[in-house]
Amino acid sequence: MEYQVTHTTEYEYNNSVSLCHNMAKLLVRNTATQLCKNTEIEITPQPDILREYEDYFGNKVIYFAIQKEHRRLAVTVKSQVKKIVADKAELSFFAGTSWEQVKQQVLEPGEENFNARQYISETPVTAANEDIAAYAAQFFTPGRPFLEAANDLMQQIYLDFEFNPRFTTVATPLTEVMKFRKGVCQDFAHLAIACVRTMGLPVRYVSGYLETVAPIGKPKLTGVDASHAWFAVYVPQLGWIDFDPTNNMIPGMRHITIGWGRDYTDITPLKGVILSSGHHQLRVLVDVKRLD
Amino acid sequence: MLSETGQFILPNHPFFLQQEWNTFFSSFSKLGNEEIANRSQDIMRFLKENGVTYQIYNDQTGLNRAWNLDIVPFIVDANEWRLIEAGLQQRATLFNLILQDIYGQQRLIKDGILPMEIVYNHNGFLRECCGIQQAGHHQLVIYSADMARSKDGRIWILNDRTQAPSGSGYAWENRMAMARIVPELFNGQKVKRLSPFFHSMRQALTQIAPSTAATPRIVILTPGPGNETYFEHSFLSSHLGFTMVQGDDLMVKDNFVWLKTLGGLEKVDVIMRRVDDVYCDPLELKEDSLLGVPGLLQAVRSGNVSIANPLGSSVVENPGLIPFLPAIARYFLNEPLKLPTIASWWCGQPQALNYVLDNLSSLVIKRIFRESDKRTSVDATLLDHAALQELKERIKTQPHLYVGQEKVDFSLSPSWVNGNLESSHALFRSFAVSDNGGYTIMNGGLTRTSLDKENMIISNQLGGFSKDTWILSDEENSVLHIKKDQDHLQDQPTHDKSDYLPSRTGENLFWAGRYAERVLGNARFLRTVMQVVEEANKAFIDNDLDLKKSLLTAVTAYTNTFPGFTGKEARQKMENPWKELADVLFDEKRVGGLSYNISCFLRSLEAIRDHWSGDTWRVIKEMEENWQRAKSVQNKGNYKIQSALDGIITSMMAFVSLNRETISRDRGWVLLDSGRKMEQSILLVGMLRATLTRKNADAVEYLLQEVVLNSNESMVNYRFKYKAHLQLPLVLDLLLFDPNNPRSLLYQVEKMKAYLSALPKIQNGHSLSEHERLVLEVFTKIKLSGKDELSVVDEATQSYKNLDNFLTEINALIYNIYNVVSSTYFKHAQTQQQLFR
Repeated sequence: MEYQVTHTTEYEYNNSVSLCHNMAKLLVRNTATQLCKNTEIEITPQPDILREYEDYFGNKVIYFAIQKEHRRLAVTVKSQVKKIVADKAELSFFAGTSWEQVKQQVLEPGEENFNARQYISETPVTAANEDIAAYAAQFFTPGRPFLEAANDLMQQIYLDFEFNPRFTTVATPLTEVMKFRKGVCQDFAHLAIACVRTMGLPVRYVSGYLETVAPIGKPKLTGVDASHAWFAVYVPQLGWIDFDPTNNMIPGMRHITIGWGRDYTDITPLKGVILSSGHHQLRVLVDVKRLD
Repeated sequence: MLSETGQFILPNHPFFLQQEWNTFFSSFSKLGNEEIANRSQDIMRFLKENGVTYQIYNDQTGLNRAWNLDIVPFIVDANEWRLIEAGLQQRATLFNLILQDIYGQQRLIKDGILPMEIVYNHNGFLRECCGIQQAGHHQLVIYSADMARSKDGRIWILNDRTQAPSGSGYAWENRMAMARIVPELFNGQKVKRLSPFFHSMRQALTQIAPSTAATPRIVILTPGPGNETYFEHSFLSSHLGFTMVQGDDLMVKDNFVWLKTLGGLEKVDVIMRRVDDVYCDPLELKEDSLLGVPGLLQAVRSGNVSIANPLGSSVVENPGLIPFLPAIARYFLNEPLKLPTIASWWCGQPQALNYVLDNLSSLVIKRIFRESDKRTSVDATLLDHAALQELKERIKTQPHLYVGQEKVDFSLSPSWVNGNLESSHALFRSFAVSDNGGYTIMNGGLTRTSLDKENMIISNQLGGFSKDTWILSDEENSVLHIKKDQDHLQDQPTHDKSDYLPSRTGENLFWAGRYAERVLGNARFLRTVMQVVEEANKAFIDNDLDLKKSLLTAVTAYTNTFPGFTGKEARQKMENPWKELADVLFDEKRVGGLSYNISCFLRSLEAIRDHWSGDTWRVIKEMEENWQRAKSVQNKGNYKIQSALDGIITSMMAFVSLNRETISRDRGWVLLDSGRKMEQSILLVGMLRATLTRKNADAVEYLLQEVVLNSNESMVNYRFKYKAHLQLPLVLDLLLFDPNNPRSLLYQVEKMKAYLSALPKIQNGHSLSEHERLVLEVFTKIKLSGKDELSVVDEATQSYKNLDNFLTEINALIYNIYNVVSSTYFKHAQTQQQLFR
């Protein structure tokens, strides 16, 4: 299956901006289940400096700077992505590994385990309080398979929390999300991550897109016209398994991954610093179109 | 302890039996108890006058904590020092290799020497910095360690500092104070010199410059005057000859770092930072930091700028490394550690965790990284049962973040405290700097002491004393020459700063000039008004009362402290004006008042403290102190206040003339003096508007004119020039139009005109820039006016309307000049904003 993803971010400034530095993590990376066949980036005005490189997690980064006066900045990334069917046979084989076993196994030598271990420690935005720790404890009962617990966690967040884009911003702390049981995909992913990390287990944040064309007769999925986020847990020898708590589903053919990190701050789609004395307005447009 | 006969009886302690202490205390005894006490006072005064302070972080009132120096030094003999020196060199070498490895191949982790959690869970491990290698022999340019002596005389390392270690400047000032005030104590001791270290530091920074530029431009990045060690930043700036900058003085463009100067952008090659690493780049690191430079890491990645120490180096300020150091030393150097490490257990390993939990009550517990809001170190031997349980739980939840350390019993060292010889815990910090493939160690350091015998936690923020640190030499011909040391330090090729005066420095110089004049103007006017009002109170003549009323209203208008003597309560305030006057004089929060302006003045000086000479500082510090004293005696009679105002005026005049003698005639002087001239113009115009534009009884007008001339130091000139009674046209002639009167408006504007054309041209071509055009307009307006025309009374309004209009226009034009100069040369108007999505 192939998709064309178009992601436009537009800033309008009330006063002119003399200098801006930006970092975009908007280029889709290749994984076992997807291949990015083509990418086009369009930035207006034309950047004076543009550099592409990979970050510590292997995500693609574009750094650009605009050094002339401007009142509008637009970044459009078009990606053509081919999704590949994952081999599910392995999944069931390792599905029985308990979370306690995972905790031990991840300490064993090996590049993959080593890499996964950096996702165990909490980060400032995924720090848990007592409420969150108590919420997590209900899923991780003794001897329970890790994947089963993660699946249950995903499902429960879906049931307990209201999707409400007006309630949170990127700066809303997780404790608020927990208290009021409202948020968006990013908050739900962070919450799940905080829960898994309180148990001392490896879990990461995934940034990406979701195809939102509603199948006939079924309700439209949440996350329309926006970039999406979910979480993935690590099971030694099996690798990373994705869970989407916003939609209560295991990401498959309709989820497109941009990249990942310990939390949102490692894989912020577009951030920047400007020198200006005025306010700005922001517009984001995301379109995920099926090609075949 | 001192016996009654003045002889020192030394405690029975191995310390005091050593030869160097014998020599020291024999010199000490010769001075005698009383003299030692006097000299201690003098040391404090010396340090204060030199502006050596330790700031309370973010204290808005600008209160600096005085730097305390114990007259008894910390002494290390030659043999012991050889051991320490070699140990520090090894340790710096080792930490450099660890740092390089963490951000490079990570062999220590891959080969199982170091658990990855110690690095990856440390908040100073900046993944953004992986793969970056700066130019030069070492990644770690400056290293510093805190050390202490145990009871058996061994030296232990307590902390490693690898980000932006502070203390070297304080060490230097301590030495200068001791050498100046108590040179006798150095008799018979060969104390090693400090200056070679600063030379090496200078060289080290030059060597890490990325480009092939012949003379790399090096800046010191400071968080600003609010930082606790700001004194030292300016010390290093003036002694090493590097420009001191704050984050928004720099910008990244074309992947290079640039300094915003009055003449445009100047490329920066090396940054010595005193800003914590995560604060250095709001684009990639701490997003809300206002102390950094957006895009800095991109410039580093491009190899266009080097930072000492590199961003990310705080990861090795990490107690988690301690248990693994012996193995790391074998791995990298194939040597044992030369200085012992305190027995430590990293709780991330099950066995070590069990040991720590079982022996918790005898250990010191440290977190592997520092967080501003949490205590890094807990002495568990002081905890009760409940607290121990709580600590256990915390460790068990995140064991990999904790290290348990054996508690070492440290020895005591002699200190002179409140007139007595006592013993105290001493902690001493020394410094290593990269030097041609090796490390050079400072032959000395900063010693801090705590009188709390139970607790080894010594912190400047909590107070305590410092000591000069004497490293003794056993080499022949190595006698200390302080003078030579001082000359040696200052004998350094410094950059021609005039080439690139940073915009911020320019702005601060300009405001220093403006505030200096504002303080002077306020003090003079208030002094005159107080005299007149006091006399008016005694005589109940109508004229005098009118005069009093006019003057008090003028005080409010002139200082801009409305409502003051205007508005609803004006009448009561006029009846007894002293409370309101005292308010305007002494209330620091009263915007426009004298104390307020004095603190603004001091703040603008503090912000560029590397620009003022030692004598200038002394004058300013004295003024500050005298004014504080005047505040406390303000109720003891008006003459006391008036003499305090005299003092202010004298100090400020001294400040102005010292600057004339010491500040070179580059753009710095231009800005300082154009600030003065602009303020003088504004003040003069303001005073004339407030006093002479209303029609009053002739006698009142006469008295007002007298006040104006007195406040402007122009009475003598008037008498000499006109040999006539006071009359408005002549007063205006002298104060507005006389080109030879250094107090006249025309004189200020002519100077300003000359200064402003000397500022660097922003656009090319022969046309005048905006500020030049405006100052020409002011100049022309003055030239085209005449004293008689301005002295015409408007019968309808009972005022000198022409004069009022003229002054109003001049005032508006001068404000405009300021706005144009500010937006052209002081480019801090645009603020940094985050875009976040």
